[in-house]
Amino acid sequence: MTLDQMKPGNECRVVTVNMEGVAGQRLLDMGFMPGTAISVIRNAPLMDPIDIRVKGYMLALRRSEAKGVEVTPL
Amino acid sequence: MTGSPDDIIVALAGQPNSGKSTIFNALTGARQHVANYPGITVEKKTGTYRFDGRKTVVVDLPGTYSLTSYTQEERVSRDFLLHEKPAAVVDVVDASNLERNLYLVFQLAEMGIPMALALNMMDVAGQRGLRIDTELLSQQVGMPVVPTIGNRGKGIDDLREAIDRISKDGCGPQTSLRLDYGTAVEPVLGRLEKRLSENVILAARYPLRWLALKLMENDTEAQRLVREHAENKENILSSVARERELFQSEQEQTAEQAIAISRYQIAGEIVERCVKREKEEQRTLTDRIDEVVCNRVAGPIFLGGVLFLLYYLTMKIGGEHIAPWAWKYWAMLRDVIASVLPAEGLIRSLLLSGIVDGVFAIMNYLPIFLILFLLIAILEDSGYMARVAFIMDRALRAFGLHGQSTLPMILGGVVVGGCAIPGVMATRAMKDQKARMTTIMIVPLMNCMAKVPLYVLLVSIFFKEHQAIMLWFMSLITLGVALIVANVLSLTVLKRQESEPFILEMPPYHLPTITGVIRRAVERTWLFVKKVITIIVAVAIVVWVFITFPGLSEERNAYYDGEVNNATETFMKNIGEDNPYAKLLAGSGLKEFGGYWDDYKKQRMGAKSKDAKDALKEKFSREDLEFFKIVNKGKGLDGKKDKYAKKVYGAYKKLDKKLKRLDTARRKETVHVSFAGRFGRFLEPVSQWAGFDWKTNIALASSFAAKENLVATLGTIYSAGEESSGTTLATAMEEDTAETWTPVHALALMLFVALFPPCIATLIMVRVETGSTKWMLFAATYPIILGFIIAVIVFQGGQLLSLTAVQVMTFFSLFIFTILAATYFVGERSAVKKQLSG
Repeated sequence: MTLDQMKPGNECRVVTVNMEGVAGQRLLDMGFMPGTAISVIRNAPLMDPIDIRVKGYMLALRRSEAKGVEVTPL
Repeated sequence: MTGSPDDIIVALAGQPNSGKSTIFNALTGARQHVANYPGITVEKKTGTYRFDGRKTVVVDLPGTYSLTSYTQEERVSRDFLLHEKPAAVVDVVDASNLERNLYLVFQLAEMGIPMALALNMMDVAGQRGLRIDTELLSQQVGMPVVPTIGNRGKGIDDLREAIDRISKDGCGPQTSLRLDYGTAVEPVLGRLEKRLSENVILAARYPLRWLALKLMENDTEAQRLVREHAENKENILSSVARERELFQSEQEQTAEQAIAISRYQIAGEIVERCVKREKEEQRTLTDRIDEVVCNRVAGPIFLGGVLFLLYYLTMKIGGEHIAPWAWKYWAMLRDVIASVLPAEGLIRSLLLSGIVDGVFAIMNYLPIFLILFLLIAILEDSGYMARVAFIMDRALRAFGLHGQSTLPMILGGVVVGGCAIPGVMATRAMKDQKARMTTIMIVPLMNCMAKVPLYVLLVSIFFKEHQAIMLWFMSLITLGVALIVANVLSLTVLKRQESEPFILEMPPYHLPTITGVIRRAVERTWLFVKKVITIIVAVAIVVWVFITFPGLSEERNAYYDGEVNNATETFMKNIGEDNPYAKLLAGSGLKEFGGYWDDYKKQRMGAKSKDAKDALKEKFSREDLEFFKIVNKGKGLDGKKDKYAKKVYGAYKKLDKKLKRLDTARRKETVHVSFAGRFGRFLEPVSQWAGFDWKTNIALASSFAAKENLVATLGTIYSAGEESSGTTLATAMEEDTAETWTPVHALALMLFVALFPPCIATLIMVRVETGSTKWMLFAATYPIILGFIIAVIVFQGGQLLSLTAVQVMTFFSLFIFTILAATYFVGERSAVKKQLSG
């Protein structure tokens, strides 16, 4: 599964980041490591971007970026 | 920044939202200087302080999460550390977010500069139940760790002391932090490092382990360094490519992934050892606020409220109450300047009508800007801006814009009456360069305060029955056109601009500090003043020259002088030779009286109450009793009548009227024959396609300096006289245009003005924010072409089908929104395509 398929309230762990270039690097920089726990907090009013909690802080990302994060639901 | 050899330079680094700027302010106090890094728009802040008699220059690097070469900010930080070789680096670290912050600490340490940590926001960490063993942390990372609370100035002295120490030690403890990237990466690093060390220049200039790491990460800037400085560059680069390929096939992950994973792993281990969690993680206040503020229903409502409040406080309170209060002082200042200038002639005209009025037209906005910048600084420091981007992103993204485009567009005047200058300046917070450029290009299409008077003027003449709906149409249509333009630009000319993924931290809410907010607001206002005033002066001179020269021919001047003489003679005849005042008003006395008369009339208009009127009479009679009797219709202060004075009053009133009329006629003719007038007539063959005559052309050309000039120039040309109020101008225009103008004329003009090029001040800010003269020129020209095409379509269409203006407007809106819908889908499709390929 990918992160954009998660629903608010869901929790998951990162399997891998399937993105190259700046978006992939940025996700790595922000701590999207294999095994990192993510909880999906909410969708924006127009369903996109999504608001998640990762490594103790809050992060908003577009679904197009979330699609590049492979996760396993918890 | 020159100083004794003892002076040291210290770089201040840190991730966004780590409180870096509060530390910077606490370290350096008021001794700060803001500039841009050469050639780009990233702000470079420097400040100084003295410690132990030694001057320390602090350079505030841009806040970054990492040190790759993907973004301008990261490149700037890196280049500074590599090439300026500061004596020390201080990394400001958010204590409540240690793991992610350590990720940057490691990367900074690899650059081989003596380093200290400012463990900031210790209070926040404490509230969240985190206890950090700073002693142990210092051992683990191999550098001094100073706990600080930036916004309360705590720990700053310790930090200064630590900086002093590490900068003196030179090759201090930073060497002890050497990350172990594990059995897969380290051998490769070793091989690369060895190969790099064969190059004397590279080895002398750059930390080689760092360079090897960056090459493994496929960093383009590191590759550039090798290409520039290494003799065996092809050799190195090809072996890097081989190593990367080999690594990926063996490890089933890219080298940059493996490197990032190692860094986070070690950061996690350090946090594990040094941080004790004393209470379970609870819902914070930020979580509870976000529950409402980011809610699907309440969020947009709250956002609307905040934006309304922002708009209301600046435009209504600021614009209608505080600004007029300041204008009084500007006006006083202008009077002072006017009084020291020579009484008449070209010099006075140039200095006063040209420069002073030009500068003051812009200065009038300063109080509004200051309030606006204060409010924006509060919004930024509180952390709410990230939420605005979160809520609005989806709606704006389809047009090549960004969630962060919301504020610039609102400031520009989506709802009628903003200002493009703060709008363009507010784009500075945007990191996505492509969306930022797009936003800068369309903000001037919004309806700024200075365009509104023209709308109101034209609507009140030509659309008496539909005033409100026409204004509403205008703001809707400009928004529609702006979104179309944004989409087209981002798919064409701005296509190659650097774009950033939307991965935006939502920082915890903060109570902004008063000094921090004021400091930023003053900084921005000052930036505007500094940049704009000098150029406004130059432009004002040019505009003045254009509407003043070449001036009237000698014959025409002689004609007007003759008319003035005739009028004066008639006046003298009217009052009679036996009039005792005749001697007083002969020669230069008449001119002196003219000034007195004008002053009295002007101040009399301002005096409302009886007391004020009495005081005024008192004042003027003291100044000159004889003159006073005349202007007071023949009565002295005591009420005694003087029939001679009364006679003079009647005669002068006629003369005054005649002189004013002659003066206006002369000015009108001067404009007509001026370069501007020629230019206006020169353009007429083309501009008539949109229904603009030469008078309109002049007004449009003059509004380039400042949009306020539009209505003012129309005022001059349509002879409403010097003291024209809005209503008299409307009447004058109505009479003048009744024969030739239809509402479709007016509509075409309004639409053209709506899309017209930004004023000079805005263009200067576009230059500042894009860092490019080319883009400034683009921002100046494309709206003229676009606006003209639209004006022609509307004008010709309206004439051809003999539609009413409201019909034209309706068709046109439908047309615009059809295109808008079409571009929306094109934009969406290209976004999807990009996503698939990315």
